[in-house]
Amino acid sequence: MSEKHIIEITHLDKYFGDFHVLKNINLSVAAGERIVICGPSGSGKSTLIRCINHLEQHDGGEIIVEGIPLNDSVKNIDFIRSEVGMVFQQFNLFPHMTVLENCILAPVWVKGVPRAEAEMLALQYLERVRIPDQADKYPGQLSGGQQQRVAIARSLCMQPRIMLFDEPTSALDPEMIKEVLEVMVDLAEQGMTMLCVTHEMGFARRVADRVIFMDEGEIIEENTPAAFFDNPQNDRTKLFLSQIIGD
Amino acid sequence: MNTVFSLWSSQKGRNLIVQLLMVAGFLGLVWWLVDNTVANLARQNVATGFGFLENNTGFDINQKLIAYDESSSYQRLLLVGLLNTAIVSVLGIFFATLIGFMVGLARLSDNWLVSKLAFLYVEIFRNLPLLIQILFWYVLLIEILPHPRNSFALGDMFFLNNRGLYLPWFTSLSGGNIVLWAIALFGVGWFFVSRQAQKRRELTGQKSSYTRHYFILGVIALAGYLSLWGVPFEPNLPALKGFNFRGGLSFTPEFVALLVALSLYTASFIAEIVRAGVLCVAKGQFEAAKALGLPTNVAMNKVIIPQAMRVIIPPLTSQYLNLTKNSSLAAAIAYPELVSVFAGTALNQTGQAVEIIFITMSIYLFLSLLTSFLMNIYNARVALVEK
Amino acid sequence: MRSILKWSRENLFATRMNAVMSVLSIWLVYVAIEGVFSWALINASFIGTDKASCAANPHGACWPFVTAKLNQFVYGNYPMGEQWRVNIVFALGAFGLGLLMTKRVSFKKEVAVLMLTVYPVLTFILLSGGFLGLSYVETNQWGGLLVTLVIAVTGIVVSLPLGILLALGRRSELPIIRIMSIGFIEFWRGVPLITVLFMASVMLPLFLPEGMNFDALLRCLIGVSMFASAYMAEVIRGGLQAIPKGQYEAAKSLGLSYWKSMRLIILPQALVVSIPGIVNTFIGLFKDTTLVMIVGIFDLLGIISFHFTDPNWTSPQVPITGFVFAGLVFWVFCFAMSHYSKSVERRFSVTGENK
Repeated sequence: MSEKHIIEITHLDKYFGDFHVLKNINLSVAAGERIVICGPSGSGKSTLIRCINHLEQHDGGEIIVEGIPLNDSVKNIDFIRSEVGMVFQQFNLFPHMTVLENCILAPVWVKGVPRAEAEMLALQYLERVRIPDQADKYPGQLSGGQQQRVAIARSLCMQPRIMLFDEPTSALDPEMIKEVLEVMVDLAEQGMTMLCVTHEMGFARRVADRVIFMDEGEIIEENTPAAFFDNPQNDRTKLFLSQIIGD
Repeated sequence: MNTVFSLWSSQKGRNLIVQLLMVAGFLGLVWWLVDNTVANLARQNVATGFGFLENNTGFDINQKLIAYDESSSYQRLLLVGLLNTAIVSVLGIFFATLIGFMVGLARLSDNWLVSKLAFLYVEIFRNLPLLIQILFWYVLLIEILPHPRNSFALGDMFFLNNRGLYLPWFTSLSGGNIVLWAIALFGVGWFFVSRQAQKRRELTGQKSSYTRHYFILGVIALAGYLSLWGVPFEPNLPALKGFNFRGGLSFTPEFVALLVALSLYTASFIAEIVRAGVLCVAKGQFEAAKALGLPTNVAMNKVIIPQAMRVIIPPLTSQYLNLTKNSSLAAAIAYPELVSVFAGTALNQTGQAVEIIFITMSIYLFLSLLTSFLMNIYNARVALVEK
Repeated sequence: MRSILKWSRENLFATRMNAVMSVLSIWLVYVAIEGVFSWALINASFIGTDKASCAANPHGACWPFVTAKLNQFVYGNYPMGEQWRVNIVFALGAFGLGLLMTKRVSFKKEVAVLMLTVYPVLTFILLSGGFLGLSYVETNQWGGLLVTLVIAVTGIVVSLPLGILLALGRRSELPIIRIMSIGFIEFWRGVPLITVLFMASVMLPLFLPEGMNFDALLRCLIGVSMFASAYMAEVIRGGLQAIPKGQYEAAKSLGLSYWKSMRLIILPQALVVSIPGIVNTFIGLFKDTTLVMIVGIFDLLGIISFHFTDPNWTSPQVPITGFVFAGLVFWVFCFAMSHYSKSVERRFSVTGENK
């Protein structure tokens, strides 16, 4: 197991009741690597990244993040969660707090950052996601695209080393997808380790180091974007790509 | 006539006519009722007016929080009844909230057995008429519990028999009241200190030791006072004297039955409110909090509870109001609260039904309107800001 | 067996805290079941004709009290020879409700209208009598479950239309109508039912001109109906609010008058949305009927309590048995209704989901 791998997943198994969602998944992610995971719905791709910060508990195999094994230990889970940021499809901003309060909540209460410092940091990240002037608004007052960018800023405020994106643009109107993707591209260019579940193939081509295709709980194919899109090996991949592009 | 027709043909005119007819009808009805009532009262030779409030009641009651006897006035009686309503309501609200939150959260437990038990509790107590529950606990207390002589006892301090429940209590000696006030003040101070500590925690990120220092200071002050001037309290234990217990803190069976029934019944509704409130906070909220690395207690305190509470508080308040109104069912077991003692006994004695029912209803109405007024303010304040 | 073990490990003993809770719960269940069983069955008396038969079992239920008095509990003092009239009313009511609750019945609307109009009239004729060759039975002879159901059904039959009118009034654009509706609703909702019943029983006679008098049951019915209407109005108002504004605008733009758009477009939707709330109000009303015993009407609970004073049956276990019996009857009714309302609610949330 090499040291430069920031995430090591070996023989991962996960069940929902009798349903085998993830079957013997093996995946290593190097620091700074950008991975796009795609596949038909129900293929287990969301479950896979939700396992990485323990929103889902895996049933077999091992997940090691920055050398720390993800197991029942609360200490390990807390550590990994503070190192791993996550962006959800439905944004999941806290509706009763302003944008700024959303952003400083975790730094203040998890890391013990003084409030003034956390606010400065938050404003900095809000600027990076291009909405510095919305800090005192409530999530309900923002558009979907703005909300998702706040959600990204909120995660960045914890200064994570890894970011997980769970279909970040699927709940957005087309004209808002672009503004969120731009923020994600920025982030990628600054060297963040990223795992994105997304169907935005343009984004994958432009940013990803590797594209992973999953179906029925298994990794079917993984390759560089160029090879993946232009010369898919597996029949299921071909079918999926034709559907996506025909879409 | 023509003008009426032309009015009727326009929407505004029609609205005006309809409303005028309603007002006329309403006033006519009121006039008719008042006229009948005045005629009936005159024929029956019943005194009218609120002068009777000054008269002696001529009867005593078995639970009073303020001085009252046969020679007290009806005004005083009203106050005694009101206080008895207040005490059973306040205690009922306390216990119902406690049990209700426990059961409501238990209903959400991962533990299958615990959640099923909580479900059973809710279904049993919610679907039984409150009056039956009150009567049931009451007969259980007076028919099944032993006579004072054979009381159930716990360490010669707690006694339960068919005359009531007896708990150890204390009497204040000189200086005792000052100490009690000081402790109460200390409690209020606690609230402010812990808020200050939380603010500081947010400001600096450091855990503050304010609350710990405050607590130690309090303990030292209390210990200092007690060692210098001695304990200004004396235990007051219930003891069997003749046929009954004297001393201690005693509760009549009526009070206990009413309190138990009100608490258990209302708790079943509160449990459902709590459950619904927590469930309506989207699952994603908890996940987002977890994904940010917030520990469970911070996630609960900062993210889940504030959102659940804005859903829980309005129906919770109306349950508190219901409990208070339901305490009037005590009339069935003669617990001397407002309705039973005033709209019951006093009405029978004076015959002044109109005045007495008017006063009684006004009190409840005032309470209800006040509550809904406060709730409207609350709702406006916590409403989520949206586009 | 292994799957049971696996299941209980996952659901009962997942963590140490969980295990403690489980053990505590099992103990609680055991104590409760043991207590209920020994009181209701093992230590109980089952046959006999007076209190002597229960004296042998001082720690158990005295069921002979219930079996001996069952007829009074159901019919009150309704003459034995005329009780068939009550039975017809019960049977018709059960049949109508059965039709309403069966999923496959297509003429539900017609049944509902009949139940709210013809059925009450028929019930009144049958129960009260005095013409058509039926002998007159005074209401003070009615009692028990019969009176409980009469009060509850009257309450719902009156409160539904009145509640609709009040709800519309509260949302009316005419200020005087709105203020009067709000005043009416908030007044009845603000006071406890018991004070309403006191008012109905002591003040109503004062309100009426000399010589015009209602009997005690009718006075109660009036009080309960007013009270229930106010609560019903708020439930229906909730339903009206749930209808999107576009529906009102569409109805208006089609040229429908206020009453037509309400009757044809708005109310049919609002009432369906309100069904769970209506049933819940009815459950509350049904439980509240017990309060009439405080003003001297012999409903089920009232007549059971009244028979505690029968010298043939004075024993400590008799009142407890009586209240448990009354509780069981009420519980079965209320549980069935709340179960029904939940199933309706679930049906809505499945079909009404748009995400």
